[in-house]
Order: sequence, then structure tokens, then C-alpha cells
Amino acid sequence: MGEPVISLRGVRAELGSRPVLRGIDLTVRHGEVVALLGANGSGKSTAVRSVIGQVPVSDGEVELFGTPRARFRDWARVGYVPQRTTAAGGVPATVTEIVSSGRLSRARFGMLRKADHAAVRRALELVGMTDRAKDSVNALSGGQHQRVLIARALASEPELLIMDEPMAGVDLASQEVLAETLREQVAAGTTVLLVLHELGPLEPLINRAVVLRDGCVTHDGPPPKALGQHALPGHDHVHPHAPAGAEPIRTGLLS
Amino acid sequence: MEFLDYAFMQRALLAAVLVGITAPAVGIYLVQRRQALMGDGIGHVAMTGVGLGFLLSWSPVWMATLVSVLGAVLMELIRWFGRTRGDIALAMLFYGGMAGGVMFINLAPTGSNANLTSYLFGSLSTVSESDVTAIIILATFVVLVTLGLRRQLFAVSQDEEFARVTGLPVRALNLLTAITAAVTVTVAMRVVGLLLVSALMVVPVAAAQQMTRSFAATFAIAVAIGVSVTIGGTVTSYYQDVPPGATIVLLTIAAFIVLTALATPLARRRARALAAAQPAGDPAECTIPATREGGGKVAV
Repeated sequence: MGEPVISLRGVRAELGSRPVLRGIDLTVRHGEVVALLGANGSGKSTAVRSVIGQVPVSDGEVELFGTPRARFRDWARVGYVPQRTTAAGGVPATVTEIVSSGRLSRARFGMLRKADHAAVRRALELVGMTDRAKDSVNALSGGQHQRVLIARALASEPELLIMDEPMAGVDLASQEVLAETLREQVAAGTTVLLVLHELGPLEPLINRAVVLRDGCVTHDGPPPKALGQHALPGHDHVHPHAPAGAEPIRTGLLS
Repeated sequence: MEFLDYAFMQRALLAAVLVGITAPAVGIYLVQRRQALMGDGIGHVAMTGVGLGFLLSWSPVWMATLVSVLGAVLMELIRWFGRTRGDIALAMLFYGGMAGGVMFINLAPTGSNANLTSYLFGSLSTVSESDVTAIIILATFVVLVTLGLRRQLFAVSQDEEFARVTGLPVRALNLLTAITAAVTVTVAMRVVGLLLVSALMVVPVAAAQQMTRSFAATFAIAVAIGVSVTIGGTVTSYYQDVPPGATIVLLTIAAFIVLTALATPLARRRARALAAAQPAGDPAECTIPATREGGGKVAV
């Protein structure tokens, strides 16, 4: 068993006056890939955001790399992919400019040196976006936006990757690129905590799944097996409102 | 070029160039974080500073700087703590600032609404030596912040949540942006006036981004537009006896319209170049699969 990289003990958090986390325990050890699953509103995003200090914790302890989060300063070791559908802001920015901002945690006084630019190029290569480096992010598809956000997190060469719904709104081609990127990171020893809606193409990578329900951990162990038709590889989604003669949408991820 | 012989025109042009550089340099970060009207809000608050300057017989420029910096810090604090009714609090701050300015200037023995007007719409020809000194000091601060910390400010304005996880001091940088915006408002106050300041912060950025793809290019072109229109407006107002502030703002909007008109063919050319660069196997046109029916056939 590796060293604990993330450790939550009895963590409670409220949004407004509504309790969202009601005393959760979660440990992610070095080299593990842990998926945080649960329905909408179960507290998965809040749990992840409490780890990185985006949500104030009302009770319990949060530790990163063995350091209490309030005293943790070594942010270059953490790569974070927030839940976003876009990487764009109010002013045009190129893919390289966005990804470079992920390198700031390693750059002293915000000055990027040769090695920093090389790290940014490597991060772009990892997500297969090198040919779009000089393009405005406004010109990208949803899946490409997500690849840019992941490259931004990888630019600091983190030991821990925290991703909030990295597959949301991502086309199939990009999903496969992302799964491949993640596989390489995991092979290189990166620890991963990701919030997922469904396991999808990442399933083979995941060591452990933690399922949240109403702010409590209800399952912590091997990823839950899908039941019935959903268990079949490449199962089809048939939508009842589709016209009678229409082809079912084949996800075909595993077939 | 005989206007360069007059001391008041030299001062006016120097002030105008500094405003042309600083206003878009700060404005780009405000536009990026979608707070384009923040400059307008600070302009309203600065009116109280001008009024207090007259009432206490202090320099209105320095007093406006002090009050608008306090106002900008207050706005940032409202953004942190009062998420729910932040817009109402900001509205009160804006209109309170404006009412305070009118009240103080009328209480001041030397003040009148005529004085206030010169701050509201700018009055380049009355820029004094001490005004120019203040403008140079303040503009230097703005340039140092907006260029020196460009990577940090870019990261924070692009994605605050991510910036916090990279370990950047996000609150300090937000406060610094607010303070820099407030300082810029007072730099620009004598040139374009408090009510038109925001135009020079926002419109050059909007014009530049019609043709740019990168932040760096947007920054450079916005500043170039800012300097061109402030010089152009100042010189025009010398020859035609028109108010410089209004001239500068109208020129900026004209630049926006021209660049927007030029951008459409440019975008088309880029799209064509991109299509030509696609591998031959990729179909350039859409094809609709036969098994799928179009949305038009759905009965309502």
C-alpha cells in the first residue's frame, strides 16, 4: 500500500444551510485511480472541491500528501480539471496560452523558462492537441475544450490528478484520447481521483470506486458491476422518442 | 504640427497617450472576467472623491484616486461575501457615489456643477502640471501591474477556481486588479471624463478581439487602438473645437465598427485555409444519414 495522497476523515460541509457532506471518509493512496460516483446532488463535486479548498469544511480533517490542507502549499504536485464545458473566457486566448497558465505553479514569479515551455508542449502532445496549439479556444469542440483543460492540469507535471466529470459533453473520439492520456499518466505513477457519472471507457483503469449518496459514502471497493443490458459491452441506447425506424445510437465504446 | 508648441497641448497629448495605454491594458482583464462595466461603476464612485477634493481644497485627482480605490476594494469585498444580493449592493455603491459627488461639490465654496462637468466629460485643455505629474505616477503603476503580472492576472481572470489550485494568491490578485482599475479611472478622468472612462477600457478590447485569436495579440492591438484614438481625438479637438472626451470615444466606436466589418472576410479566409489543410479523406460537407429523420417532420 502506498502513502496516502488524499485523506478525508469525517468531513462535513454545508452549502448555504444545506448539509452536502455528512461526515465522509476517503483515502486515496499513491498510484491509485479512484472514481467518485453518485447521482446528481450526492455530494461528489463538493467532496472533490473540499480537497482542493474550494469548499469550506465545517468539521473533519482534509490532508494532501500528509499535510493538513490549510498548511499545504505545494500546489504544483496537484493537477486539477474543474467541471467546465468551456475553456474560453471573455477575451480570445490560444490553446497554448490557456495550457501555459497551468505551469504557473512551477514558474517562479510567473516567468516561464525554456523548460516550462517544453512542459507545456509535452502536455499538448499528451492530449493530442499540438496541431491546434496556436488556435483560439473559441474555435474548439466540447471534447477539445476538455482536452485543453486536462493539458492545463498536466502542464505542472503533477503527482496527483483531480478531475471533476472530465467526460461530460465529450465526443467519442475525445473520450478515447482522454482515456489513453490517463492510461499513460497512471502507468507513469500518477495518482488519480475523478468524479464520474458513469464509468464508461475509463472502467479498465479504475482500481476503486467510492459511491456517495446524500452526502454519505455508501460503497468503497471494487467498481460496481453494471447490471442487465448495461453490463453488455457496447450496449445500445434506444431512445423511446426516436422515430420507429431509426437506428439505435451505438455507443460501441468497448466493442 | 504647430499644436506641439503649446504647453497645454503637450500636457494634453502626454495625458492622452498615457490614458490610451492604461485604459485598455486594465480593461482587457475586466472584459476577460466579464466585468466590463466595472470601470463605469468605479467612475461613479470617483465622483464622490472629486466632490470631496473641492470641499476639502485637496487635489481632486488624488482624492478621486483614494475614494475610487476604496470603492473598488469595497466592490471586491461585496463580490466575496454578498453573493446573493451583490448586484443591489453594487447599485447602491454606484448611485451613492454619484449623489455624494454632486452633494459635496455643491457644499464646497469654490465648487460648482461647471467644475463637476469638466470631470464628468473630461477637460484636456485644463490639465495642469500637477495633474500631469499625478497621471504619470499613476500610469506607471498601472503599466507595471498589467504587464509585469500578466500571466498571473490572465490565469485568475480566465478561471478563478483553477488559479486557486495552482497556488496563486487569488484574492490578492483580484484586489490588485480592482485597485488598478480604480487608478486607471482617475488617470483617464481628466481626458475622457468619469462617465466615458469605461468606453476606453472596454471598446478597444472589443474591437481588437474581432480579429485576434490570442490574448497577447488582443492586448497589443487594444493598446494600439487606445493610443491611436486618444491622440486622434486630442488633435481633432484642437483643430475643430469639439470636446476631446466625446471625440475619443466616438473614434473608438468607429474603430470597432471598421474592424468588425474587416473581420468577416478575414474569418472566411481563415476558414477556407483550414478547410484546405484538412486531409483529403475528410468530407468537407455535411451528410445526413438516411435512417435519421429531420426535426421538421415531428408532429406538434
